[in-house]
Amino acid sequence: MRVAPQLLALTLLAAGVALAADPPAPNRPIPNPQSGRHFATEATLSIQDDDFQNPAFLWVEEGEQAWAHPAGAANTACATCHQDAAQTMRGVRARYPAFDPRLGRVVTLEQRINQCRTEHMGAPALPIDSRPLNAMATYVGLQSRGMPVQVDISGPARPFFDAGERFYNTRRGQLDMRCGSCHEDNYGRSLRADLLSQGMSNGFPTYRLKEQRVISLQFRLQGCVNDVRGQAPPMGGEEFTNLEFYLAWRAEGLPVEAPSVRR
Amino acid sequence: MRQKQMGRRQGLALAAGLIGLSLVPRPASAQMSAAARAAVDKVLAGRSAEEAGITLRLPPIAENGNTVPMTILVDSPMTDADHIKAIHVFADKNPTPEVASFKLTPAMGRAQVDTRIRLGQTQDVIAVAETSTGRMLIGHVEVKVTIGGCGG
Amino acid sequence: MSAPIGQPRVRLPQQVKVGETIEVRTLISHIMETGQRRNQEGAIVPRDIIRNFVCTMDGAVVFSMDLAPAISANPYIAFPLKVTGPATLEMVWTNDAGEQRKASAQLRPS
Repeated sequence: MRVAPQLLALTLLAAGVALAADPPAPNRPIPNPQSGRHFATEATLSIQDDDFQNPAFLWVEEGEQAWAHPAGAANTACATCHQDAAQTMRGVRARYPAFDPRLGRVVTLEQRINQCRTEHMGAPALPIDSRPLNAMATYVGLQSRGMPVQVDISGPARPFFDAGERFYNTRRGQLDMRCGSCHEDNYGRSLRADLLSQGMSNGFPTYRLKEQRVISLQFRLQGCVNDVRGQAPPMGGEEFTNLEFYLAWRAEGLPVEAPSVRR
Repeated sequence: MRQKQMGRRQGLALAAGLIGLSLVPRPASAQMSAAARAAVDKVLAGRSAEEAGITLRLPPIAENGNTVPMTILVDSPMTDADHIKAIHVFADKNPTPEVASFKLTPAMGRAQVDTRIRLGQTQDVIAVAETSTGRMLIGHVEVKVTIGGCGG
Repeated sequence: MSAPIGQPRVRLPQQVKVGETIEVRTLISHIMETGQRRNQEGAIVPRDIIRNFVCTMDGAVVFSMDLAPAISANPYIAFPLKVTGPATLEMVWTNDAGEQRKASAQLRPS
């Protein structure tokens, strides 16, 4: 039977659209996530839960000061456009990483901050995991504290989510482990004296007692890959950005805890 | 809170907590490292110390030795006539035993100090308090410091 | 060049009464380099710490602390203080090189 070419084309098109419209919902291995604070000791939590003695608030103060301080060729400050961060930045960290339609890819909060600097302020980008960038991300993150993490993985964002999920599930390193080897299969168990958490990212940026400074999530991700004796991809690069996106989806519903304190 | 059944961590915490709360005084002179002994002796300057009056509040287990909260409280009316003049703190097995020396005055109203300290390994934290009447007090508590799992 | 001494944070209760014993809380940004660490080349990173903290009330020392490298980075120091009347608190942090950072707070009992 001969089918009219137009009808064939239309049918194929319709089929293609139908297939693309509704990708299956991703599998959620941990349906009821728990924040890293559930796996921390009382002493550590006592530091986190005290906004005065939580050392991360030193970074918050630095971020707050930088917010109002002009930088770059345009001689503007964050405050020039965004005024009071407590109002305008509310909810921002909770929904990042997010798809940027102009760039056609997912960006992290740190990348977004740098975009603002380079494109609107004429200021140089701050190096990833540098003190000033961590300070700004912590200050902005604080404005979402308590709000549920909720990132949008639909539509054009989905391929980046999928890439992040693949990275998460790929065994790597000499120890041949995937992220889930610790954080899904063994959370709640002790790795020597470390109580393994679910690896939820809602507390980042965090003051890491080990490093004695506020660290970004991607700094920790590098540490994780190094810990399984693998080659860590660069911070700020594609792999970790997509992984961070996946991790944010994985932590959906958990309250933003930035700035937390973790061992 | 913690998944699975009570593991080593909880068992360890229970044991360490019991040790920390133990009212059986261990002679402070016994079991101190040579370096800590020398540092304590220097502060005592020939005087003997009573094991009384000092409460050291530190977590029985520190999941990271970099930042261990410490509160020291010493019984004292903190009057001009009778007050704590100084509190010296030592860590028995740190590379060097000195942790801090505090100078207190009656203006404080209470003999208490709060800070955060670094402990390189499981060890005793020792506090020596000097009173304005010349009495010396000593107290100690053990803190277990855990090594990270993944290599840090 | 010494490690930077950051801005201190000082907190007193909002309302104080004469005769009350309050808690003075302080926090300051500082790396507290112990002198035990080695750099990438294997050389010791020299000690660089805040070595002293002192608080005066209307010029008289009420509390002071000599810090050793065993005090954690970003030192947190808190101590009680009896309120006897309106007063000016001055706090000074001094590092190994003798550089200082100061903060002051007013006690205004209601």
